[in-house]
Formats: sequence, C-alpha cells, structure tokens
Amino acid sequence: MTARSPAAPTRDPAWLKWTLITVALAYVVVVLALPLLAVFVEALRKGEAAFFASFNEPAALSAIQLTLLVTAISVPLNTVFGLTAAWAITKFEFVGKSFLTTLIDLPLSVSPVIAGLVYVLLYSVHGWFGPFFAERGIEIIFAVPGIVLATTLVTFPYVARELIPLMQQQGTDEEAAAATLGAGPWRTFFLVTLPNVKWALTFGVLLCTARAMGEFGAVSVVSGHIRGQTSTMPLHVEILYNEYNFVAAFAIASLLALFALVTLAVRAVLESRFEAELAAADRT
Amino acid sequence: MPLEIDHLRKTFGKFPALNSVSLRAEDSEFIALLGPSGSGKTTLLRCIAGLELPDSGSIRFQGENLLAQKVRDRRIGLVFQHYALFRHMTAAQNVAFGLKAKRGKEKPSAAVIKARVEELLALVQLEGLGGRYPSQLSGGQRQRVALARALAIEPRILLLDEPFGALDAKVRRELRRWLRQIHERTGLTTIFVTHDQEEALELADRVALLKDGALEQVGTPEELYHQPATPFVFEFLGDVVKLPCEIVDGAALIGGARVTLLGGSRRTAGAGVAHVRPDAFDVARGESEGLKATLGDVVSAGASARLDCRLDNGDALEIRVPHDLAQTLKPGERVSLRPREARVW
Amino acid sequence: MAGAVASPAGAAKRWRFREPSALGGFWPSFGFVAVYMSLIVLIPLAALVLRPWEIGIDGVWRAVSSERTVAALRLSFGAAAVAAAVNAVFGTIVAWALVRYEFPGKRVVDAFVDLPFALPTAVAGIALASIYAPNGILGAAFGAHDIRIAYTPIGVMIALVFIGFPFVVRAVQPVLADLEREVEEAAATLGASRWRTIAQVIWPSIAPAMLTGFSLAFARAVGEYGSVIFIAGNLPMVSEIAPLLIIIRLEEFDYAGAAAIGLAMLVISFALLFALNALHAFMIRRGGA
Repeated sequence: MTARSPAAPTRDPAWLKWTLITVALAYVVVVLALPLLAVFVEALRKGEAAFFASFNEPAALSAIQLTLLVTAISVPLNTVFGLTAAWAITKFEFVGKSFLTTLIDLPLSVSPVIAGLVYVLLYSVHGWFGPFFAERGIEIIFAVPGIVLATTLVTFPYVARELIPLMQQQGTDEEAAAATLGAGPWRTFFLVTLPNVKWALTFGVLLCTARAMGEFGAVSVVSGHIRGQTSTMPLHVEILYNEYNFVAAFAIASLLALFALVTLAVRAVLESRFEAELAAADRT
Repeated sequence: MPLEIDHLRKTFGKFPALNSVSLRAEDSEFIALLGPSGSGKTTLLRCIAGLELPDSGSIRFQGENLLAQKVRDRRIGLVFQHYALFRHMTAAQNVAFGLKAKRGKEKPSAAVIKARVEELLALVQLEGLGGRYPSQLSGGQRQRVALARALAIEPRILLLDEPFGALDAKVRRELRRWLRQIHERTGLTTIFVTHDQEEALELADRVALLKDGALEQVGTPEELYHQPATPFVFEFLGDVVKLPCEIVDGAALIGGARVTLLGGSRRTAGAGVAHVRPDAFDVARGESEGLKATLGDVVSAGASARLDCRLDNGDALEIRVPHDLAQTLKPGERVSLRPREARVW
Repeated sequence: MAGAVASPAGAAKRWRFREPSALGGFWPSFGFVAVYMSLIVLIPLAALVLRPWEIGIDGVWRAVSSERTVAALRLSFGAAAVAAAVNAVFGTIVAWALVRYEFPGKRVVDAFVDLPFALPTAVAGIALASIYAPNGILGAAFGAHDIRIAYTPIGVMIALVFIGFPFVVRAVQPVLADLEREVEEAAATLGASRWRTIAQVIWPSIAPAMLTGFSLAFARAVGEYGSVIFIAGNLPMVSEIAPLLIIIRLEEFDYAGAAAIGLAMLVISFALLFALNALHAFMIRRGGA
C-alpha cells in the first residue's frame, strides 16, 4: 500500500463522484429508460403473435402509409427551406438577419396544438381561406393537406437549426475562393458548401423525420381522426389506446420508438465523426 | 498592360476603409501593400479580386473595367490569408477545382486537367502529396496548395493576402525566397498584403504604404527607406528618435551641432522636430559638440548594442551603436551624441 | 462615365438592404425563405393574433378569464415551471457526471439523453400512463403510500419532466466542458477551498446555461400535449391542460374562443421568456463574460 497522495485540488472525492453518478444514472433510468422499456414490454405482453398481428390490420397499415406520405412531403420541403435559409443567413449580410433567425426558431416555442389550431383558423369552413378552397372542392382540414401543413410547421426549424451555427462558424472564405476560381453560385453551393455540412444536414433531416413521423398534437387538431383515412401512426396509437387495445397501441408505438432509437444511434455515430471533422476544420 | 486603380472609396458602416486610393501596377510588377492593421490593405486587395464592391472609383485592367465583371469572370488569382482550402477535397482536387469550373469549350479534358494539376503541384514542390487532405498538410504546404490552386486558372493578376502571416519564422523566410522565384518564372503582376515592413522591402519591386485607408507613399523599397514622404512612413519602416531642433541654412542645429538634412525634408527655416534613426548617432566620450548625456545601461544585442542615455534636460534616449564601440563605454560615463543625419517635416 | 460605379465619389452612401457580396443567389434564396415562411408560419400565426377579436374584447376576456381556462393555464404554466426546475437541478447533475467523470456506459447515456427529442410524444404519453397508472409498476408502488400520480397534476408534471429532460443537460454540458480546468486550478492555488471554488468559479459560469436550459424546457413544456393527456386524466379544473382546452373549444366549434386561449398562452409564454432572457443577459453581464 502506498501512502495516499493528497487529493488533486480539482478532483472530487470518490464518495461524491459515485454519489453524483448514481443520482444521474437513477434519474436517467427512471425518467427516460423506464418509459421506453414499458413500450416494448407492453407491446409484447400477449406474445409475439399478438404483436405482429397488430400490424396486419387495414387501419394500422393505412396509418403507416399516411405517416410515410406526410413525412415524405414535409421533410423535403423543410430540408430545402433549411438549406436556403442557412445559405441566405450565413453567407450574406442584410438588414433584419438576426430577426429572421429568431423567426425560424419561433415554431419551437409554439404549442403543437396551436400549430394545428392556426391552420383550422385559416382553412376550415369557418376559416379565412376555407370557403375559397371548399368551393373548388379542395379539402384541407380533416384531410391530408392539413396534416402535411401542420406537420411542416411543427418540424419547420429542425434542418435550419442544425445548419446555421455550423455554416456561420465555417464563414465564407471557401465560397469566396470558389468564386475567384470561376465557380458560379450553383457549383459553389453543391461542390463547396454542401459537402462541408453533409453530416449536420444528415442529422437535421433525420431529426426532422423523427419529429414529422411522431407529430401528435398538431396533427390531432387538423386530422379529424377518421380511422383508416386521416389517422397517422401516433393518432392510431391514441385510438387503439382509448379502445383499450393496449397491445396493438404499444405495438405501433414500439415501431415509432425503434425509429427514435435508430435516430439517436445515428446521431451518436455522426457526432463522433463530426468531432474529428470539426477538429480537422479548426486546424485548416 | 497595367492595372489602374483610380480614386477607390469603400466604407463599412461609418468606418472609411479606403479613402480615395489610386494606384497603378505595371505589367509583371511585384507590389507590396504595406500598412498597420485596419489601414485598408486587405480591403483594397478584396476590391481588386471582386470580393468587395467599392462605393466609388474605378479599377481597370488591360483597358477593361474590372468592376463591371463578376468575381468568377475576372480571372484574378487570390491566395487567402488562411488559405480557404476546400477541406473536403484533396490537394489535387483543390488545384483542379478552377479548371473543372471552366465552361463550355474552355473546359479542358480530364487528361489535360490531370496533367496540369501534376505540373502545378510540381511547381509548388508538392509532388506526391496531391492525395492528401488539407488537414494532413503542414501550414507551409497548405500555403503552397493555395498558391497552386490560384495559379491553375492562369490568372491575369495574382493577389496574396498576408501570404506568410500564419507561418513560423523559418518557413516564412524559405517561402519568401521561393515566392520571388515563382514570380520571376510566371511573370505575373503580383500584389501582396503584409504588415511586415521587412517582408515588403525585401520582396517587392514597389511598396505602397497605407494608413487609415489612404496611401502615404508609393515607391521602390529604396525610395521609401531613403526618401520617406511623411513621418509616418519613416516611423513605420524603423525605430525613430525625435529631437527638437532649429533649422538654419538648410541644416538642423541639434545640441549645437550642425546636422545634415536628408531628402524628404521640406522645411528650410524655423523650429522643428528632427527624426533620426537610433543607429545614426556618433557617440563621443566627454564634452564635445552634440547632445550632452549621461550613459545609463549598455545592453549588448549581437552585432550592435543599445545605449540607454539620459539627456541633461532629463529626457531618456535609446540609440544603437556597433558592438565594438559599446565595449569601450561604461555606464555612468558622460557622452556627447551627435546625429549624422536627420529628417524634418 | 466608363469605369465609375454607383454613386459619385464623396456622395453619401445609399442605404441598402444587403451588403454587396461576391457570392450569388441571395435574392432567390431570400425570396424563397420569405415566401415559404409567410405561408407556413407567419400568415397562420397572424390568424391566431387576429381571429379572437371576432367575439369582441369582452368575448376574449370571458374566454380567457373563465374559471376553467384560468385553471388550465395555471396548470400548464405551473407544472411546466416545476418540471423545468426539477430538470434544472437533476439535468445539471447529469451534465456534470457526463463531463467530469468516467463510468461504464457513459457514451450510451450521453446519446440516450436526447430520447425525448426523438420519441413521439404520444408514445411517451401511453408509456408514462402505463407506468404510473394505479396498476403500473411505479403507480402501484406510490399507491401503496396513498400517493396518486396518474390523473392528478403530479402526473402532468411527470410527463413534462420527461419531455423537458434534454434541454438543461444539453445547455450545461458544453459550458462545463469549456470551463477550463486551469481556472479551477488557479482558484485552488490561490487558496480557495473546493466549495469556495464551486460557489465562486463554477457556479457563476454554469448558472446562465442552467437558466437557458430551464427556459427552453419551460417553453417546450407549456404547450406540450401528447405526452400529457394520457397520464393526466383530463379532469376539468384539476388536471386539464390549456392545449387540451383549446381542442375541446374547437370541437365545440368555438373557434374564436379556442384562438383566444391560444393567444393568451402565446402572450404569457413570450412575456415570461422575455423576462427569462433579460435575466440571462443580466447574469452574463455580471459574470463579466
């Protein structure tokens, strides 16, 4: 046994360290892990057969289809928006730039229910533009377009938010260099700007997709809950749950939870790559 | 065909970065834009490249109005201060970028591009390193990739922004010599920005010294050094001792001694301030013509030595003398200091 | 005159919307951003601001001051504040453990922190309900001590703790990581005890980040719907949150009333967030950063 060296001045004593780690882990387990575990336990409560049977329902399949459709429209829209907004905000100086940046974050502090409500106020029969579309036989509220709009609003900032800080940090030198070398805006964007943000973009799109697939409050307001028609996966989960069909509800939920876990895993992988790339970027 | 910059103005908000700058660069000339930070030298360079748009004035090259051309059409090579290499491309891809960006019939074939890239990498002595990413190269190597990339488009003018700023002293000296060679080989009109007067004087055919967005003086290194137009130029190019003097018959009277006034001095009579280099003093033991002083510390620094003197009027004065002379002097001794030459504005 | 651009030399500089740039594509991208944002965000929110007044100021006042609305608003804001405070404390501990200590599974825990960002709220909602229901594992445990969680304001708060979890951790983590060991070591060499160092060096640095995390978690929790409604039981005046009341009003076709409650929520949250931002700015200034 060697004599105990005096504790380093900034090192916490072991008892404190392990107490804090235990508290932190206990909190993570109770608040996060337990609910996640519950999803899978409840889904498999009646066995595998019942679990898989839950997906073999026309209503479930149509919910999955609708969710994929809505996601496939909202996410590309918000991706294009995120890229354009980040390009305009980080590569140019203009009046009201910080105001625009704030506006992009606005949907994050708006309740999803309000996000749905505003479209009802605009496009329902009693809305500002509702009668205009109704006359032309276009249904927006209680139909797919409304679900797409509400989902788009709720997931609006995610891609832009991932890109803006990174592109701000990268500055405009490389784009300026490309211009002096004779490249036009498109070439510069696709060959210089885009490759520099590909991981952040990937992650932003992934997060946007996860949110879009899982959006509940906003979609709940505009969908009308028509089973088999305007029910997305989360809405279908609600319907099943309220019908006390717990196994089916949790089975669909487990699919969404699985996707969430994949998102987190990809993020973790991207971030470790990202760190190396950012460190390399700092050195140049 | 010369590059003509005429009455260029540029303000950022309220800050005047360039105040009516006019400059002419002859063909194949190597020009240094020298000045302290904030003097507008980088802004001038970026205006020529097209990255900044001046508020007024004109830039003409080979009779063309450059300001009417987009950056991408100007064919002006720019080496950025921090190189701005495309970090996701290899050195070779960086160099090839400008060639691939050419449009229509001008665009060379893949084989030609490959050969040209090899050639350029050889020119900047980076053979075999084309496959490396910028993060895998040293500072000096990145600098050379940036230069090869700028040369790839066969620029009509080459601009370099603080080309040696981020490098350590040894690499800096090597690259300096090498840049001069490249210039001689390519014969390109070259303009580089620096805040290091030694670099400017050593490398450039002509030096343009900027202060607060305006040109103080433009001339050969010899002209700047030996005929400084303003006290600022004189002070920027070296240490200065300022002494009150009386001007009589075209010479300055300093401490009773007649001191020759050098070119650039415009005053012919009256009181003035003599500007003297610290190494332009004759030092004599005891009392004779010149400023009477008591010697303080004698600090040896290589080939020369610094003398800290206290003038009889109480002012402190630092001068430089050859090492051999300094060895004969002792702290506390009485000395007379006589400037060999002075400038008065 | 050939070669001269824009204004003649010496003329006052014209005001312009954007600084000239060597890069192209500003106007197309700015135009797209402006149009897209107007369609998706600005015009819809304008409807929220303008439509309540259809029922007159009296009507709006009645809608937002009814006992049931006030109770719902109080629950939404109150539970959100408590949940954000709980997360401020425990989130900081989690961030501290993740930054300062090594322990097995650290990377997994670190990645796992973002779960509430990625997990659909309805999934979280039914999962929490199943755990805290009287026959769920935690619900039964608390039930044995006569504590009911599901269908009470406590249940609402627990759901909001879940969804607000990542904000404080993610706000504090980078600040703790950036906090130079040297500064702490300097404090120690200057004779400060560990507690003094924590109180006078570490705390002032992370407090603004904790506040940021608190604000974000709070903002998110106020409007939360999906994870709450399953566990809350939604009893009017007891465990009914404001977003749910908006939906109830909509189902009654009381659009103006629903919009009034929505507007009230937005106004109150923005006022509170504004105050929190001001407090944050004050803390940063005092911190000398």
